[in-house]
Amino acid sequence: MENTMTLTLKVWRQNGPAETGRFETYEVNEISPDMSFLEMFDVLNENLINDGEEPVEIASDCREGICGTCGCMINGQAHGPEKATATCQLHMRKFTDGDTIIVEPWQAASFPVIKDLVVDRSPLDRIIEAGGYITVPTGSAPDANLIPVPKDAADTAFDAAACIGCGACVAACPNSAAQLFTSAKVQHLNLLPQGQPERWSRTEDMVETMEEYFGSCTNHGECHEACPKEIPLDFIAYTNRDYIKSKRKNRKLLGQSS
Amino acid sequence: MKLVNPANKRKFEVIVVGTGLAGASAAATLGELGYKVKAFTYHDSPRRAHSIAAQGGINGAKNYQNDGDSVYRLFYDTVKGGDYRSREANVHRLAEVSLNIIDQCVGQGVPFAREYGGLLDNRSFGGAQVSRTFYARGQTGQQLLLGAYSALMRQVGAGSVEMHTRTEMLDLIVHDGAARGIVVRDLITGDVRSHTAHAVVLATGGYGNVYYLSTNAMACNVTAGWRAHRRGALFANPCYTQIHPTCIPASDEFQSKLTLMSESLRNDGRIWVPKSHDEARLVSDIPEDQRYYYLEEKYPAFGNLVPRDVASRNAKTVVDQGLGVGPLKNGVYLDFADAIKRDGEDAIRARYGNLFQMYERITGEDPYQSPMRIYPATHYTMGGLWVDYELMSNVPGLFVVGEANFSDHGANRLGASALMQGLADGYFVLPYTIGNYLAPLLGESTLDESDPACATVVNDVAERTQKWLSVNGTRSVDWFHRELGKLVWNFIGMERDKNGLEKALSEIPSLREEFEKDVRVLGTADNLNTSLEKVGRVADFFELAELKARDALERNESCGGHFRTESQTPEGEALRDDENYAHVAAWEWGGTSDSAVRHTEELVFDNVPLTQRSYK
Repeated sequence: MENTMTLTLKVWRQNGPAETGRFETYEVNEISPDMSFLEMFDVLNENLINDGEEPVEIASDCREGICGTCGCMINGQAHGPEKATATCQLHMRKFTDGDTIIVEPWQAASFPVIKDLVVDRSPLDRIIEAGGYITVPTGSAPDANLIPVPKDAADTAFDAAACIGCGACVAACPNSAAQLFTSAKVQHLNLLPQGQPERWSRTEDMVETMEEYFGSCTNHGECHEACPKEIPLDFIAYTNRDYIKSKRKNRKLLGQSS
Repeated sequence: MKLVNPANKRKFEVIVVGTGLAGASAAATLGELGYKVKAFTYHDSPRRAHSIAAQGGINGAKNYQNDGDSVYRLFYDTVKGGDYRSREANVHRLAEVSLNIIDQCVGQGVPFAREYGGLLDNRSFGGAQVSRTFYARGQTGQQLLLGAYSALMRQVGAGSVEMHTRTEMLDLIVHDGAARGIVVRDLITGDVRSHTAHAVVLATGGYGNVYYLSTNAMACNVTAGWRAHRRGALFANPCYTQIHPTCIPASDEFQSKLTLMSESLRNDGRIWVPKSHDEARLVSDIPEDQRYYYLEEKYPAFGNLVPRDVASRNAKTVVDQGLGVGPLKNGVYLDFADAIKRDGEDAIRARYGNLFQMYERITGEDPYQSPMRIYPATHYTMGGLWVDYELMSNVPGLFVVGEANFSDHGANRLGASALMQGLADGYFVLPYTIGNYLAPLLGESTLDESDPACATVVNDVAERTQKWLSVNGTRSVDWFHRELGKLVWNFIGMERDKNGLEKALSEIPSLREEFEKDVRVLGTADNLNTSLEKVGRVADFFELAELKARDALERNESCGGHFRTESQTPEGEALRDDENYAHVAAWEWGGTSDSAVRHTEELVFDNVPLTQRSYK
């Protein structure tokens, strides 16, 4: 094949959470620029199986950049060098023949390694469980057009709702903080009229659950740089504001207009 | 229909397998009602199920656009679009609850597109002549799933749903003729154990990955449904597969999956190929009169918006004629130049920005400058486990919802109807119908997990899993999966004929034999081992592929996504044979992969007269 590449991969191998990990070096040949990064790993794994070596565990599912399953540190960057791109959407045309690529799992105390490049991100679900919903039991919703939502508010809520829960923000943060994830989830609902009745309890519960698991935000902004969906940092500010307010709102008076 | 009183609901345990739209909405709603629910997913989080990748939208017969839509029209369009191979009653119920679904989702905070006045926007989608599709940029599936997932997580927090992530169902426990539980494998520890309940709900998606290359996610599989089939559940219409017309063509042998480009793109994009076989000019240099806008020419009324099966087959026809475009000549153009000229680049960016960006990421080409290249790919499976009107399979206590069942789409699914059906089943159908089954069981306990009925199945699963590790052959699981996929695509793909299907029936079993003798699975069973997960799924795909070929062979007519070359109109359209095939084919496992027994359920059309579909 023409234009194919030969690459050296330094890949983190670790057999389980309690085991000691190490880098292994592999060479892959005939990598086409049209392959995705994960397809390049498919080739590596096919080679390893042929050689009788256990393939590298690397998470992925939809391979369309939407399910949030994939993600690893590629040359020290969460999801690799291309901006606004999840690992599965990174293509090999972003690399050059002869490159050495270092591939590691997400690194955060709250995301322990399960095996090789796969980590446990279940604390993100705990944050949602704490309040990342609007209480509307099935069947109880009013007609969909009963509550108009100003377009700007709807669009901003959407920008927050675009978060795919991959955890790159935590992995990229020097403090392993989950502020970008949490604030995206909080603001998606807090910005909408439907989300108002639970706005203050939601903010309090989600932020405090986040703090049980993750480090503190010191406004580096690395999370936004790594985010495959470019979630704006503004949501962190909105959430900080809502959190402070949540501490002094008298919830018995929330039925009043202001 | 019998009811379970609120205080008694907590006495019933229900297992829900799968947490996509159907599973998450069902588990959340059952939990809200007070049932004790155990939910299972092989993902690390319920939010990752492949419903998340749906792009285009969800239908709801709200008639907000005042263009003459109604429940009846949605019902009619769905029965017709399914080429008269679905059950009228199910489809009518689906159209009715489509209204409630939109309300429910908006209530949850799903950020559907809105107009400047703050009200909901709609668009026309995939062959519909009314604007009834609600959408959330190009990620409607993700937003709807996040809604269902948030409802589910609320119940997890409330303690009514016990969530088991990274846990895969590998078998069904049937005892005294009823479904009583499942056997699962913990994908991290490898631990195999049983869970029992009063009823089991499968929401485990479709079997499109039998083609290897499809728009499905890597892990999508048929195992839960297939294992239930082997325990007695009928598998209906396995030959019905939807080949989606607008996907990015494969670039090489290592292609791991195909990516769909929402068919909403067909609202503004024009599909064409060059008229000349050896066209070598740049796209912009090909004059209008040397471009073949084949859909617009053949179907003036619907043009580029014909239903998916029609659009797909026409793309195959022109590519087979040697008119394909791209380096491998394996695609057709989807061209936005006219739309950009008419509405401006900004308007097109607002409508499809994220899709254009995704296309650019994958191909390295800019669709604002040159047309997209597209080609059909396997996308959705209309067949699935047979269910009655109450969504219960023929095995009492086993319910099947969403894509995993066969019920609502007939031989072809309309665009924006999959999300609607998944949520209809989970939010508004199963939560009522399951009560009718459970009510008489009040006071009965679930099967004890130490019962021999559980232990036997647990042993079966553990042995089957261990067996794959001892084969120690020479080729990877993916290699066999890829080879199987080629057979299925070539012989049970967009066009089928008797010779091809017979060939498939002889080649699939021999490839399977080789697979069983020569597959290489390394590592151990007590640790995360993706190859070990895959090998069991591929083994089930082999058996399903055989049944799919038999079903396609027996159905000697064309209908919707099932096109038999022997059965076409003079214009080359699908020709149904209503006299002999206006029925559902439901297959019963016969003990081996080649001994399934075909049962039929007659389809009666009281409200929508049977006609030849025409989109001219």
